[in-house]
Formats: sequence, structure tokens, C-alpha cells
Amino acid sequence: MGAKINAAKVRKDFPIFSRERKLAYLDNAATTQKPKCVIDAEKNFYESTNANVHRGLYRISERATEMYEGAHGKTASFIGARGMQEIVFTRNATESLNVVAGSIGKGLKSGDEVVLTLMEHHSNIVPWQQLQRKGVKLRYVGFGKDGKLDYGELGEIVSKKTKVVSFVHASNVMGSINDAKEICKIAHENGAIAVVDGAQSVPHMKVDVQKMDCDFLAFSSHKMLGPMGIGVLYGKEEMLLEMEPFLYGGDMIKSVGKFEASWNALPWKFEAGTPNVAGAIGLAAAISYLEGIGIENVRRHEREITKYALQKLSEIHGLSIYGSKNAQDRLGVVSFNVDGLHPHDVAALLDEEGIAIRAGHACAQPLLAQLGVNAVCRASFYVYNTKEEVDRLCRAIEKTKHILA
Amino acid sequence: MDRQAYVEEVMDHYKNPRNKGKLEHADFCAHDTNPLCGDEISICAKVKAGKLQEIKFDGHGCAICIASSSMLMEKAAGKKLTAALKIKREDVLSNFGEISPVRTKCALLSLKVLKLGICGFLGKNAPPE
Repeated sequence: MGAKINAAKVRKDFPIFSRERKLAYLDNAATTQKPKCVIDAEKNFYESTNANVHRGLYRISERATEMYEGAHGKTASFIGARGMQEIVFTRNATESLNVVAGSIGKGLKSGDEVVLTLMEHHSNIVPWQQLQRKGVKLRYVGFGKDGKLDYGELGEIVSKKTKVVSFVHASNVMGSINDAKEICKIAHENGAIAVVDGAQSVPHMKVDVQKMDCDFLAFSSHKMLGPMGIGVLYGKEEMLLEMEPFLYGGDMIKSVGKFEASWNALPWKFEAGTPNVAGAIGLAAAISYLEGIGIENVRRHEREITKYALQKLSEIHGLSIYGSKNAQDRLGVVSFNVDGLHPHDVAALLDEEGIAIRAGHACAQPLLAQLGVNAVCRASFYVYNTKEEVDRLCRAIEKTKHILA
Repeated sequence: MDRQAYVEEVMDHYKNPRNKGKLEHADFCAHDTNPLCGDEISICAKVKAGKLQEIKFDGHGCAICIASSSMLMEKAAGKKLTAALKIKREDVLSNFGEISPVRTKCALLSLKVLKLGICGFLGKNAPPE
């Protein structure tokens, strides 16, 4: 514990950095780079174990099944779940949230309320919006200038009418970390289900679903060094048992008659069709890699870089940062704007310097509307980023100001 | 790369946009946004004898979006409506040298709005993008 991350050494594990030597990759909130062990895990599966799971009665299929189920187990222990029955693999966090909204939504009726926050990513807004057709009412909890959720308003809005409170654990724009345990408690006191979007938090900090006491947690593999195309839905066993499946077909059934079917055991009930086995094995490799570094060390490393970035960026004249100025309150996501410059122009000119940042609405338009802007520049950090890259970012912003002013 | 898009002429149009602002008593106005980046352009024109007698754009966007709007105003002013409808994507994009697919949308927003406006005025369906 407490080991400092040597980013220069970590970078050696990522093939992309030996090809793109100048690349300062600061768009980790969008997706992260992949270490060789993850790429190899997928490759090895296809080269040595490729077979469908839960079907074949031959060696490689049994081995594939074992590895696929093992990935569920690995993921379960990473987030403190009770076992692999609580881990459903999906395509991504978006799909996970769609499964919850679609399935829980079936049981909601006119007048029921779903509470969201103004910090949500579109993936935790649009699936719930679809329930408005049946008369379900959406309500939003706001946040303050410091990027902190308005807990007073939360307490006022959540009532006995509330059936679901679905909220982002850490904002993908301001990096604000919400008090998930407290929000889940408020939801439960009112008899509501608590759904957590952990897409930004799970890759960067210790998340324990039992301590948090959420009913569902959604996150994506590709934002935590794992492959694209595999995501996770954690659900409390009793919730998943009660819930209707979302997709129907092969592998999710126990038996099928001409006019009816019964469902397979958890978690397979929610995994219709041939799953992304290679992706799951890649995700397991990514988790092993993160565990090797230590998730607490990941958090500490990013906090240091974020602190440095907040300080250096705020020294740039005309640059405003959104959210808290204290690295303690946020993850390594820093969004900003430079007076008079459009984020797209900033990002395009930073690209000239080999610096990759995000520019745009970051899939969080209601949040940006609350901030009063159409677009932001966003730098986001991970295990391989360094303070030198922050210096390069700041120098490049100064240069951009000069070109566009 | 995109740097090629930020050539001197483009920067000049961005910093000193021509025909930018509101146009009173316009015969048509059209408006559209680029949802990806929140760019927003409206174009208003006065029509006389089938020609764009006066034309102005307004809105906000990135350098590419503003510069292309400004250049388009210069190009379209005085043109017959039917001739303005024939302005091609390539005519606009050629101002930028190399431009990435994402930024192409920024460059073409004003052309889309112009054609939307003219078609609305003529009672035609807007051409496909």
C-alpha cells in the first residue's frame, strides 16, 4: 500500500505509447489506452481457447466457459459484490443503464417518479425519458457552483412517489464525486431503488457495492484499461431475481416450449445470445492489472496530477475551470473554457502538439446548460499521465490563445 | 492535419467576419445547429428580382464554422437564388485545405442553413446533405 506510481514505467506496458511517442493522451474519461496484457488476453483467447460458452462438451469450450465465468467472479470481487450471480455483462455502461431502466420501467406506472441529477451523462437520462410515455415523471436535483450536488434539494425531491433514484457517482465533466452511500440511503428510506452510474468512478477509486448499498451499478470496461464492447451491470441478487429479462433468446433460458419459456439462473438470465467472451477475459486482465497497481494508488496518483493541473490551468489568463478547485473533491477530470475561444478550435490546435483532449458537450447537455455553456474542453487523467504532460497542455493552450486571439 | 485548416485567410474571416449581424425586414431567415459541438448559425436575406440582394449570418461557433459562414456570405451575395442553390460542398471545403471529417460538419453548417432558407422561400424541399 501507498506505493507511488511510476508513470514512466507504467507507460512501457502500453504499446500505443511506443508507437505514438509524442502523444499526451488526456481523454481518459472517454476511453483509456490498453496495456499489453489486456490485448494479449483477448488475442490468446482467440488463438488458443476460442469456442462458445455454456454449450460445448469438449475441452476448449469448457475452458472458455471457465474463463468467462471466472471473469464474472473477478469483477464481482473487484467491486465487493456477493458473487458472480450479481454480475451481468453487457456491451457498455449505457446498455447496463438501459437494462435497468427498461426492466424496472415495466413495473412503473403513471404518477411514479424517477429522480436524476443535473450531472448525468446522456446514458442515464435518455433511457429514463422513455418512461415518460407511460406517465412516469422525471425530476432533477441540481448542483452548486463548486460542482457539489445539492443534497438539500435531493432531500426535498425524493419522496414516497419516488420509485428510482439514478445518479452518477462521479461527473464526467466536473469530476465531482457524489456521496453515493448517502444518496442510496435517502432513496431506500423512501422505498426507492438506487441506481449508480459508475462509469467514471469504478476505474479510478475504490468502489464497494455493499458498503455503498446501491441496488444497481453500471460501468464500462473500456474506461478502465479493458477492451471496448464489454460493460458491467451489478445488481443485488434479490433485485435481479425479481426483474424481468431485458433481451430474450439463447443462453438466457432454462427451457423453451412452443408458447412459453422459463429463465436461466443468474446472471445468465440477463445475457441473451453469445456473449463477448474475449472482451470479458480482457476485462478480467485489466482488473488484474489495476489490482497490481492498487486502486488506492491509482486514486492518489490522479489526485496529485489533478491538483497540479488545477493549479497550473488556473494560472492561465482567461481560463475558467468548472466545478471544485479542490482535487480532494473530484476525480481526474478537469473541464475548462478559454475566454473567446471555441473548444473545438482549442482541441484541434492542441492536437497539433500531440495532445488529445475532448471538446464538446461531453454527452452531458443538461449539465452544460446549467453551467451556461454549449461546449467545454476536457482533460482527464489516468495511471500513465504525468505532470510534464500537464505542463505541455498549459504551454499548448497559451500557444492556441496566441494563434486564435 | 487540422492545422492546415487554420490558414491565414480563414483566420482573417474568423477574426473579422463579413456580413455578420441581424438583418431587418428579411424575406427569409433560416437556422440550424450542429448538435455535436453546439454551433448555431442563422442566415437572413432580402430577395429582389430572384437575387440575394442582401444577406447576413449570425450565431456562434468555432473558427471553421464562423469563417466558412463569412466566406459563404461573400460568395452568395448578389447571386440568383437558383445559382446559390448550386453552391457545392467542395466550393466551401476548398477554402480549408485539409479538413477532418468531424470538422467538415462545422464548415458546412452555413451552406446547409443557406439552402434551407432558399428552399423554404421557394417552397421547395431542401436538398439532401
